[in-house]
Amino acid sequence: MSGKNLENANFDRFLHLRRKAYNTVFLVLTALATAIALAALALILETLVVKGVGGIDMAVFTMSQPAPDMAGGLLNAIVGSLVMCAIGMIIALFVGILAGTWLAEYGDGTKLATVVRFLNDILISAPSILIGLFVYELLVRPFHGFSAVAGGVALALLAMPVATRATEDIMRLQPYALREAGMALGANRGHVIRSIIWRASKSGLMTGALLSFARISGETAPLLFTSLGNPFLSFKLTQPMASMPTTIFQFAMSAYDDWQRLAWGGALIIAVAVLTTNIIGRALTRGSTHK
Amino acid sequence: MTVAQPPSVPDTVGAAPNGNTLRVHNAQGEAKKPGGDALFRTLCLAAVLAMMATLLGLVGSLVSGGWMALSHFGISFFTTSTWDPVADQYGAAAPIVGTLLTAFLALLLALPVAVGVAVFLVEICPQAIARWLAIAVELLAGIPSIVYGMWGLFVLAPWFSAHVQLPLMMSVTPGSWLDTLTSGVPNGANIFTASLILAVMILPYIAAILRELLMSVPSHMREAAYGLGCTQREVVMRIMLPYVRKSAIGAVMLGLGRALGETMAVTFIIGNSHNFPHSLFDSGSTISSTIANEFTEATGDMHISALIALGLVLFMITFVTIAAARLLLGRGGETK
Repeated sequence: MSGKNLENANFDRFLHLRRKAYNTVFLVLTALATAIALAALALILETLVVKGVGGIDMAVFTMSQPAPDMAGGLLNAIVGSLVMCAIGMIIALFVGILAGTWLAEYGDGTKLATVVRFLNDILISAPSILIGLFVYELLVRPFHGFSAVAGGVALALLAMPVATRATEDIMRLQPYALREAGMALGANRGHVIRSIIWRASKSGLMTGALLSFARISGETAPLLFTSLGNPFLSFKLTQPMASMPTTIFQFAMSAYDDWQRLAWGGALIIAVAVLTTNIIGRALTRGSTHK
Repeated sequence: MTVAQPPSVPDTVGAAPNGNTLRVHNAQGEAKKPGGDALFRTLCLAAVLAMMATLLGLVGSLVSGGWMALSHFGISFFTTSTWDPVADQYGAAAPIVGTLLTAFLALLLALPVAVGVAVFLVEICPQAIARWLAIAVELLAGIPSIVYGMWGLFVLAPWFSAHVQLPLMMSVTPGSWLDTLTSGVPNGANIFTASLILAVMILPYIAAILRELLMSVPSHMREAAYGLGCTQREVVMRIMLPYVRKSAIGAVMLGLGRALGETMAVTFIIGNSHNFPHSLFDSGSTISSTIANEFTEATGDMHISALIALGLVLFMITFVTIAAARLLLGRGGETK
């Protein structure tokens, strides 16, 4: 047989077929895995849109939260979320950008930087509910009351490590020649960082800010026992304040149809907000890193 | 995304050779104080120290807040599962086991799918489509956990109850191993559905990091393998996955850390019972769901202290997991 066959005598048809079959199975399995992930996304988004659209009308944005069986909206929660996210973002960006700057520019190569970087990465992934407990011990218990400030600080602590990491990453991308050029003009390091490196990193810093915002705007757990919630529209920072996620949680767990409908509406609003922020943020990154 | 480190700049660059500090003039011609840099530098350092203080404060507050419960109950806090605020008796075995069980189950469910997704996106799917699919998977990661929770409670739980639990109850022989594994109130809110939701939540995280890792495999290694006549399966399984093995374990542990600490989604669907779970379809609780449910309603000092002590346990479990993950991953991990 081997004499007549023009193919390689060592060619093992059985082995060849087996490898081919394994490969096909493998390809199908990976495609299946991707299909599962996409199906999960589609299912969740579908439910969210179908149930959420029914919960959204003008009242959602113009009226505060209702008693069961009354007309009402989510105005107090939307305002509360915006206020606390604003507090959180201001603190987080201030500290995060400075800390990221130190890591990228001043601390490079030092032992402290290695430790800080590691701890920061831990903080990024730390369970958010623990941050809530910490802020409770720090700001709620000593002052005997839940407050919007405590909620804002809890959100700040969540966003801070994200902002730090993003700042450091983007500043490291800036070419070294930029720094040399600035210094050759006689500027000191602080001046170079503030007027040249920060400016060159603008879109990256923007992305970092958006990603931190996306991270905190959907957070529920740390707000449960820092800002607590408030059925009325409130701007007092030292008083409990409502927020979207905690209100959604409360409404979704309730037995009233109206409240559940509002909860779905709120969930859709917050998901759209977070996803758009995420997409814009990532689009900016793509624009700035793939030059 | 690994970024090359720029060489560090010597601090003396701003100083003139004779030792006098160079004075910088701005557009108005005013001399800038040479102290400006030092001030800015100190400010940056202060921010870093604030960062460190946060973590230390976190640990400190958990230890001091939970100390009362830990010292009062001692080792029985971990070994008993009586959680009774009325009698002021707290044993945390049930939520601790619940946390570990749901997280590992979630990982078990998510890992094969995540590997499949990552491989498909990097090696099999045409790149033009892969980019969009990758964005879709990232979207999954961006959905707030409360939305997952609501979906779990209102969509997954009823479906699971009607199409899995009830048929199983009808057909399984009472007393068989399958019955022991799947007994429980058929309302869909149980440890298994909680793990399922967690699996969907951590899947995109693990998949995204794995995808980045697989893309970092040098193309000459892949090409060499293909040149030898390897099939795609062989290239992936024998060349690419082994190449990123260490970091891949890091990615998996990062996903595990997320599953351990996730609160809202689990709180919605796990059923929130303090009984020690007897089967996969039994209701249970995790550390974070217990804290989320009870903290604002806790009145007794011992109750609050016990909840904070639970938080400390969660912190230690996640700290070890995340620290190991970060060490394995190096600086390559994702930013979120």
